[in-house]
Amino acid sequence: MNSPSDHFELFGLPRRFAVDLPALEKRYRDLQREVHPDRFSTAPVSEQRQSMEMATRVNEAYRTLKTPLLRVRYMLELEGGDVLAETNTAMPREFLMQQMGWREVLEEAAEARNAQRLDALDAQVGAELDATFADVEVALDARDGATSASLVRKLMFLDKLREEIGAAQERLEN
Amino acid sequence: MALLQISEPGESPAPHQRRLAIGIDLGTTNSLVATVRNSIAVVLNDADGHPLLPSIVRYLADGSVQVGFAAEAQQARDAKNTIVSAKRFMGRGLKDVPYPENSPYDFVDAPGMVQIRTVAGVKSPVEVSAEILRTLRVRAEAALGISHGAASGEDGAGELYGAVITVPAYFDDAQRQATKDAAKLAGLNVMRLLNEPTAAAIAYGLDNAAEGIYAVFDLGGGTFDVSILKLSRGVFEVMATGGDSALGGDDFDHRLFCWVLERAKLAPLSDEDTRLMLSRARQVKEDLTNHVEARFNARLSTREIVDVVVNQQDFWDMSQTLVAKTLAPTRRALRDAGLAVADVKGVVMVGGATRMPHVQRAVGELFGQVPLNNLDPDKVVALGAAMQANALAGNRSSEEDWLLLDVVPLSLGIETMGGLVEKVIPRNSTLPVSRAQEFTTFKDGQTAMAIHVVQGERELVSDCRSLARFELRGIPPMAAGAARIRVTYQVDADGLMSVAAREATTGIEASVAVKPSYGLSDGEITRMLRDSFEHARDDVHLRALREQQVEGSRMVESVRAALAQDGDLLDAEERAAIDAAISALEKSMAGTDHRGIKVAIERANRATDAFAARRMDRSVKSVLAGRNIATI
Repeated sequence: MNSPSDHFELFGLPRRFAVDLPALEKRYRDLQREVHPDRFSTAPVSEQRQSMEMATRVNEAYRTLKTPLLRVRYMLELEGGDVLAETNTAMPREFLMQQMGWREVLEEAAEARNAQRLDALDAQVGAELDATFADVEVALDARDGATSASLVRKLMFLDKLREEIGAAQERLEN
Repeated sequence: MALLQISEPGESPAPHQRRLAIGIDLGTTNSLVATVRNSIAVVLNDADGHPLLPSIVRYLADGSVQVGFAAEAQQARDAKNTIVSAKRFMGRGLKDVPYPENSPYDFVDAPGMVQIRTVAGVKSPVEVSAEILRTLRVRAEAALGISHGAASGEDGAGELYGAVITVPAYFDDAQRQATKDAAKLAGLNVMRLLNEPTAAAIAYGLDNAAEGIYAVFDLGGGTFDVSILKLSRGVFEVMATGGDSALGGDDFDHRLFCWVLERAKLAPLSDEDTRLMLSRARQVKEDLTNHVEARFNARLSTREIVDVVVNQQDFWDMSQTLVAKTLAPTRRALRDAGLAVADVKGVVMVGGATRMPHVQRAVGELFGQVPLNNLDPDKVVALGAAMQANALAGNRSSEEDWLLLDVVPLSLGIETMGGLVEKVIPRNSTLPVSRAQEFTTFKDGQTAMAIHVVQGERELVSDCRSLARFELRGIPPMAAGAARIRVTYQVDADGLMSVAAREATTGIEASVAVKPSYGLSDGEITRMLRDSFEHARDDVHLRALREQQVEGSRMVESVRAALAQDGDLLDAEERAAIDAAISALEKSMAGTDHRGIKVAIERANRATDAFAARRMDRSVKSVLAGRNIATI
């Protein structure tokens, strides 16, 4: 009896970018009900160990499938694509300019403690993320590895920027 | 094994099969023990009818120990030997001790965890906590009709199967490990360390059939936690947690104490007078919950009389910054959960310090709703712990079939070049969780490598808490950069970390020696165990034998159950190997050699490893096939 080989199989979901989130969540809970260590507290050590490994795997798979950026990276990996290929880190000039512009706004807004401006930037970057996800979905479903990989790199830039905006917002609050 | 529990819907296992389990709230100020009786969680009172046990331990010169009210009565007279709020020192160094200048103790700066010199010798906070836990264990055994010392309770109700001990959600690895050590020292089988706000959520959620997003705001005597949970069809999923493991009611007492000192223009106080003034401050704080003013009245050993009137507004003003310190982690937890204030359906208040009206008001304002106070904030954690203990012991009926999904409160990282932290496991990851990292060697023939694991959110190692330093040894000598060492960090359901390492090209397991930074070595634990046994006039060998026998019969029982359910997964040869291991174990259990039993248990575990893995796969497949018993 073999274990499910990938996250999609583990959750009984088709390997597509568009994931049925309620179904994912339900499956996650059903699986944890079976394998979580709390179900094995009276069991022998060998079963407790198995339970911890499987529950860890289920958590990891859930996090990956639930988080869009992790999901696309994982899908690329399954296709044998390499997002971080060192020879392939060049980004379009236009995109880099836009990034630099946004980073300037972030620095200025953080400096000036301008919460409104931070919120506006957050919304702008969020919209760009959404648009890029839509593009990557098309590329992934068309099995266009090269385009997908380049879009995923763009997503990673945007995600990092959004994280930094979040950190700046948090600093402002405290 | 819950998934093997065969019982009709709505029916618990027969009473004689019930395992006795308890939940303990080991608090900074007070501790409690609770259990589930006839499906209802109840707090167990002491012989005088008190539910709360003051978390105070006094050491006497003759080696005897007082715990609880007896110790509390002597705290001002014998401050040096009467340890209060030991929880604040768990897994903490001398530099972490709040206001040591107002502490009467003779601190000893041991590596990692501070210790205290008393008339009965140097005591670790772990030993102090173990005294409190032992007192509660004895209380519970008496209440449950467990006759102690009997090999098997023939007339009694059997023996104590296990305990769930609660810890602040924001406790780090060292504080959790210290708590687990204390419980072991007190002779308890720890089934799980449970986060206090999660325990409260179980008690609240099951009581009120709550569904939706809830916040638990838990301000205790010395610790503050806030957890955001999603309650849905029997699943308690912690989405984010935050807090401050050094903020609680004690700090409000201290503010008041300093304010009165200034008002009364008192000269520096003796240790005894400090203790007296601090306990008066606590009294006044409590009085101010229901009165607009209160009198701070004390007669010092110098014959000076302190008599100051404090009004509510003064107290609120002087402690407003402490209240503010609870709001920032609360906002952060909401942000981490990806939620807005409006998404929160209810805010459950836990911990005695939430009785303060200005805390209630601040929380109400932040969430834009009146906080929920319908459970006793002192008892709710112990009640939730008892419910979880009952479930973990295998007593759950199908109606009590809930599941907890908790998170790691603080990020785990490792030290990199320049004293910076590289995060490995981010805070609020659902437990259990593991992450792996690959390292390589930077010198030809390098056979060892040092790794420093830290916990915290800051970027500099010096701002985080050191969890463990370990060395990977036995790396096969290779050219620089050729070795591929995969280090795996695992955090289990108790929130405790372990590390494993493996060289990928050769498959050699590098040995990992983790030194707990809080510095309780195996030798120290052995010494403490010996001390405590001498104290209890117990027999170390008999106790070890008994423990292994209990462990052994658990093993036999659960393997038999597994074989009955899934025996078809084995071929005849595999089945014979397991049967042989089990009968060898039973044979050793009839003897008196506890080490022999231990070895037999380990062998049985190895013999059932592959079987356990197949069973796990089968249960995963059953979920996929929709044949999941739990959801029918």
